[in-house]
Amino acid sequence: MSRIREKFAQLKRDTAKGFIPFVTAGDPNLDISREIVLKLAELRASVIELGVPFSDPMADGPTIQLSSQRALLNGVNIRNIFDLVSDVRKKTEVPIVLFSYLNPLFQFGLEKLRDEAARIGIDGILITDVIDVEANEISDMLAEKSLDLISLIAPTTSDQRIEKISSLSKGFIYAVSRAGVTGARSVSSSAAESLVTRARKYTDLPIAVGFGISTQSQIEDVWRYADAAVVGSAIVSEIAKSNDSSQTVQTVEAFVTSLLPQVAKSST
Amino acid sequence: MNYQPNERGYWGEYGGRFVPETLVSALDELTAAYFVARDDGDFRTELESLLKDYSGRPTPLFYAKRLSETLGGAKIYLKREDLNHTGAHKINNCIGQILLARRMGKKRVIAETGAGQHGVATATVCALFGLDCVVYMGTEDMRRQELNVFRMRLLGAEVREVDSGSKTLKDAINEALRDWVTNIDTTYYLLGSALGPHPYPLMVRDFQSVIGKEARQQILDMEGRLPDYLVACVGGGSNSIGLFHDFLPDESVKMIGVEAGGSGSKLGEHAARFIAGSGVGVLQGTKSYVLQDNDGQIASTHSISAGLDYASVGPEHAYLHDLRRVEYVSASDDEALEAFKQLSKTEGIIPALESSHAIAHLIKIAPEMPSDTILIANLSGRGDKDVNTVAGLMQRNQE
Repeated sequence: MSRIREKFAQLKRDTAKGFIPFVTAGDPNLDISREIVLKLAELRASVIELGVPFSDPMADGPTIQLSSQRALLNGVNIRNIFDLVSDVRKKTEVPIVLFSYLNPLFQFGLEKLRDEAARIGIDGILITDVIDVEANEISDMLAEKSLDLISLIAPTTSDQRIEKISSLSKGFIYAVSRAGVTGARSVSSSAAESLVTRARKYTDLPIAVGFGISTQSQIEDVWRYADAAVVGSAIVSEIAKSNDSSQTVQTVEAFVTSLLPQVAKSST
Repeated sequence: MNYQPNERGYWGEYGGRFVPETLVSALDELTAAYFVARDDGDFRTELESLLKDYSGRPTPLFYAKRLSETLGGAKIYLKREDLNHTGAHKINNCIGQILLARRMGKKRVIAETGAGQHGVATATVCALFGLDCVVYMGTEDMRRQELNVFRMRLLGAEVREVDSGSKTLKDAINEALRDWVTNIDTTYYLLGSALGPHPYPLMVRDFQSVIGKEARQQILDMEGRLPDYLVACVGGGSNSIGLFHDFLPDESVKMIGVEAGGSGSKLGEHAARFIAGSGVGVLQGTKSYVLQDNDGQIASTHSISAGLDYASVGPEHAYLHDLRRVEYVSASDDEALEAFKQLSKTEGIIPALESSHAIAHLIKIAPEMPSDTILIANLSGRGDKDVNTVAGLMQRNQE
């Protein structure tokens, strides 16, 4: 069983819900980024989404745009990210999903990417700007090495599309909470709940909700109707705020600890 | 060869739809609305009447006698898209898309702009129909196209500055896409070039193909035969594909697309995707030739003209390039500047710096051609917007 399926199965046995943090690989630098990932695993992240920085992140708000820029200024590329994951794998079995735009993966070579990713213990890949036929082709190709292509659904996705997407999905389904780019928003969105309700008609896969989740009460709300909550920009902005990079890991730890509802802390 | 994309918007391996899931329903809705409108007689009648009465079409095909004689070779004709209302070919596409936006019931229109001509044309049609208009523009482009920023504001549009990345067209498109994904229910994205996700490259091409349709009839009336060459500048590629499209099946008509050669051949110094390119990639919703580094990060570009300063190119051009149906060449900043001055002096026509790239190339090739060769260059826009930039450059070159 894949690490992702195993994790969600375990959560189900424990009647617990998942927490999926996102960080950009290489922000503020590769060493600290690796320590942050290890810390997140220690803080009981169910899955970690590792962002591959891209120069033109059209689906991202300012926080992740700036984070990508910081990583790119450090010259971070896919090979560095593989090294980071290899190091992390020596210490933790937390499922790791690469979160990327297509072009950096395409230039690396998708089959080469699959083979290396599988070898070093990456569990899934989420590609923001790939849909439909192209997504199916990539999904089949990744599946040959037991890698999951994580699919996205959005409030604007029709029932017909949800049915098609979920029938081909692997690992878990990422439900985008609202129309828009990534980034913290204070208001919780009822669009997300109705999206998850619609998706439940077509799939038994775990459903994670992301985009705009930055507070404990939002996580609790998502846990009421979905299987996991994704928190990205809120963590990334803590990384950005931490001027002294020797303090970054502690800053992230303090923030995530304050963010997680009690039930998660006692669930495992 | 029919030069039409398949139902998923691919010309060969280029094009398609590479977008976040949130945009899919809006693109499906747009595609459906466009195909219905395209075959609807009322839509066509309204489009044609606005092109004629509002924009002043057909634009003339002008025999540039003095330029032809000075260069001493081919007979040069200029397709005068600069004589359109707002001063460039961009209005052709804007009139088409604004009619579509109205049919779709959208009240808010967003656009990106590089040189500002598409932004001005969008602001213009929004003013004409009383729709809210927001134009995204890179701060670098706002600086070099100050006059167009003022025009857009005068027309009632809100110009939002984009200070990310290279602060040019590419970054303006990113911001427009972010706006669209956020306001998808209310907003129509009026994309200005033959790029982006399907159906934009097809739709923009169709609306711009009026250029070639007219030119074809005009040259037949004036010369009794088809031209030997078509020349046009290629940024995203809308004016060039607009001129080329109707002639694609005519094998005797050779076509040349002129990219921005910028100030040098190193990555970052030009916007010549085909000439000094770095292969195929996916940018802003479409698969095409892309200027990028080895890690797939999009390269910065440079051109004297904001409208050609873009890291990718419309997917149909990528297809025509691989087929060798169109030859792609480049003209440098300096060559474009010289062409700008030469056309102004010999014909009394001040061309846009974008169009000056096409003129620069015909200055290179026309003298070598027999005098019975017929060449049509697309004068995609007028150069009034560039006068400040050129004045600055001429002063600097003198110092």
